[in-house]
Amino acid sequence: MNIVVCVKQVPDTATERKLRSDDNTLDRDAADGVINELCEYAVEEALRIKEAHGGEVTVLTMGPSKAADTIRKALAMGADKAVHLLDDALHGSDALSTSYALAQTLKKIGFDLVVLGSESTDARTGVLAAMLAERLGTPQLTLARKVDIDGSTISVERVTDYGFDKVEATLPAVVSVVEKINDPRYPSFKGIMAAKKKPVETLGVSDAEIDTAQVGLGGAWSEVAEFAVAPPRAAGTIVKDEGDGGSKAADFLASKKFI
Amino acid sequence: MAEILVLVEHVDGEVKKVTLELLTLARSLGSPSAVWAGPGYSGAAKARLGEYGAEKIYVADSAEIVDYVVAPKAELLAQLVSSASPAAVLVAATAEGKEVAGRLAIKTDSGVITDAVGLGDGFVAEQSIFGGGVNVKSKVSKGTPIVAVRPNSTAPEASAGAAAEEQVTVSLSETAKAAKVVERVKQEKGARPELTEAAIVVSGGRGVGSGENFSIIEKLADALGAAVGASRAATDAGWYPHQFQVGQTGKTVSPQLYIAAGISGAIQHRAGMQTAKTIIAINKDPEAPIFELADFGVVGDLHQIVPQLSEEVEKRK
Ligand SMILES: Cc1cc2nc3c(=O)[nH]c(=O)nc-3n(C[C@H](O)[C@H](O)[C@H](O)COP(=O)(O)OP(=O)(O)OC[C@H]3O[C@@H](n4cnc5c(N)ncnc54)[C@H](O)[C@@H]3O)c2cc1C
Ligand SMILES: Nc1ncnc2c1ncn2[C@@H]1O[C@H](COP(=O)(O)O)[C@@H](O)[C@H]1O
Repeated sequence: MNIVVCVKQVPDTATERKLRSDDNTLDRDAADGVINELCEYAVEEALRIKEAHGGEVTVLTMGPSKAADTIRKALAMGADKAVHLLDDALHGSDALSTSYALAQTLKKIGFDLVVLGSESTDARTGVLAAMLAERLGTPQLTLARKVDIDGSTISVERVTDYGFDKVEATLPAVVSVVEKINDPRYPSFKGIMAAKKKPVETLGVSDAEIDTAQVGLGGAWSEVAEFAVAPPRAAGTIVKDEGDGGSKAADFLASKKFI
Repeated sequence: MAEILVLVEHVDGEVKKVTLELLTLARSLGSPSAVWAGPGYSGAAKARLGEYGAEKIYVADSAEIVDYVVAPKAELLAQLVSSASPAAVLVAATAEGKEVAGRLAIKTDSGVITDAVGLGDGFVAEQSIFGGGVNVKSKVSKGTPIVAVRPNSTAPEASAGAAAEEQVTVSLSETAKAAKVVERVKQEKGARPELTEAAIVVSGGRGVGSGENFSIIEKLADALGAAVGASRAATDAGWYPHQFQVGQTGKTVSPQLYIAAGISGAIQHRAGMQTAKTIIAINKDPEAPIFELADFGVVGDLHQIVPQLSEEVEKRK
């Protein structure tokens, strides 16, 4: 089975994240880049599916050159090879543009199964998997907390407000995974060494037949008009519990008409 | 006035509160038309939507719409966007609502904005990003603005609308039927409100100490009619189920009131609750970062403070 796992490099949430004042896009140079946490679960799930059913796991990432670190991380976990979609024309792409660029690349490299994280920590749109399914005309098996494959049938447990839905489809398909579907493995020393030799193919927009009118800042379907650092919240009242802390909190609730 | 489509969220035939919020918001920007997708439509639903200002209600209540994952709702809305040419489409920024919005955006060649916490003239949306650190104003630059709005962004206000019904039939494409729901598993859910929709959330963290001790958090939640949340430290420890995790890799909540007990306030937790209107923190460590956010904080042992608070709330109700 040809499994492609989409991974994204995001700024480390533990460092200060900023937007660029020149074009209102994420300042990717300001913070350390790390693999998006939910993408680790996606890589793990892809590896488990490969281990159970055979095939190959390809990592697909779109991002600036430093996103190569994230690719190495996924390869060190055990993925076989990678495709890095890298082109200055892609800078400033929104979710629609990103999904278009990734869909074009997926059509080019081929797939039986695409696995994504359900959300990234920077954009947090949580829409990419649904968009890829729409663009590729393949079944959408998103928000999965469990994935089973039997021949060409794929079934997942899709997390809902009330519990979960059991969903079934025929491959090829697009899956997104939620946290706690598995425990992502740590790359072993051997894995890290092996990753250095695994093939990484770099593609530009023309290689993937991407129409530049639909990507980048100019092609995006939405724009950030302005932004401002959030004003700090006004300092609150902090009291020390002297046996009456709960009752003081109740006074506060009453003053705010919550009770 | 320009027509604005609002996708109705409903459960067991009942309209969810977030839809009343979206209708209220849509009224400030144009003329709201509710879109009912899936079975369960009734006179009561019609009355409720009308009460909150729906001028029109498009009803597509065939079961087929919910038999398949997300795509049918996007097809229904795309059909309405093409026939009614609305000024905008609003959906609730729930996990599924956002997916519907994403697919609809592609179908209609339109831009989409997710997780708006406000929406103003010209459909300029406000978003709070990076764990609440930065406020952004963004807008759609192509097609019909499609905006997923977070629950609790607007206070719902009743104001009667004509509620003129229009039946809609959709003939689903084969691709929309690609992912079939074969079973719905409803896990036991008490009388508590849904976490992302709740007006009040009471969350417990590592300081709660054990799964059993979460009963004091639940008790306070029940006294306030609130939902229960948990930090990742608490869900990782298995003290509370994962679906109640608040934060970057859990749910994002934006309630009127958020009470954090025994939670330190790590940036990843804040990412899920920082847009709460009022925040109360209970923590024994006066240096805990959660106090930076708190409108009211109590430094002390939550095992004393939380039960006392529950008791006081019950008493004063
Ligand atoms: C990529 C990534 C994603 C993450 N996603 C999330 C997420 O979605 N949600 C999330 O919550 N976290 C998330 N985290 C984890 C986050 O960084 C913190 O580790 C976590 O929020 C800590 O939970 P806590 O506040 O309950 O525990 P701690 O940080 O251990 O804090 C416990 C607090 O309880 C107080 N306390 C202890 N005993 C008592 C008592 N008896 N009475 C009163 N106070 C007491 C302590 O003073 C302390 O402040 C994520 C981390 C990473 C790296
Ligand atoms: N630039 C990208 N390259 C590869 N995968 C991506 C990219 N952006 C998003 N994804 C995938 O889409 C998921 C959801 O991201 P988002 O829609 O940004 O919340 C991520 O977990 C990744 O699997």
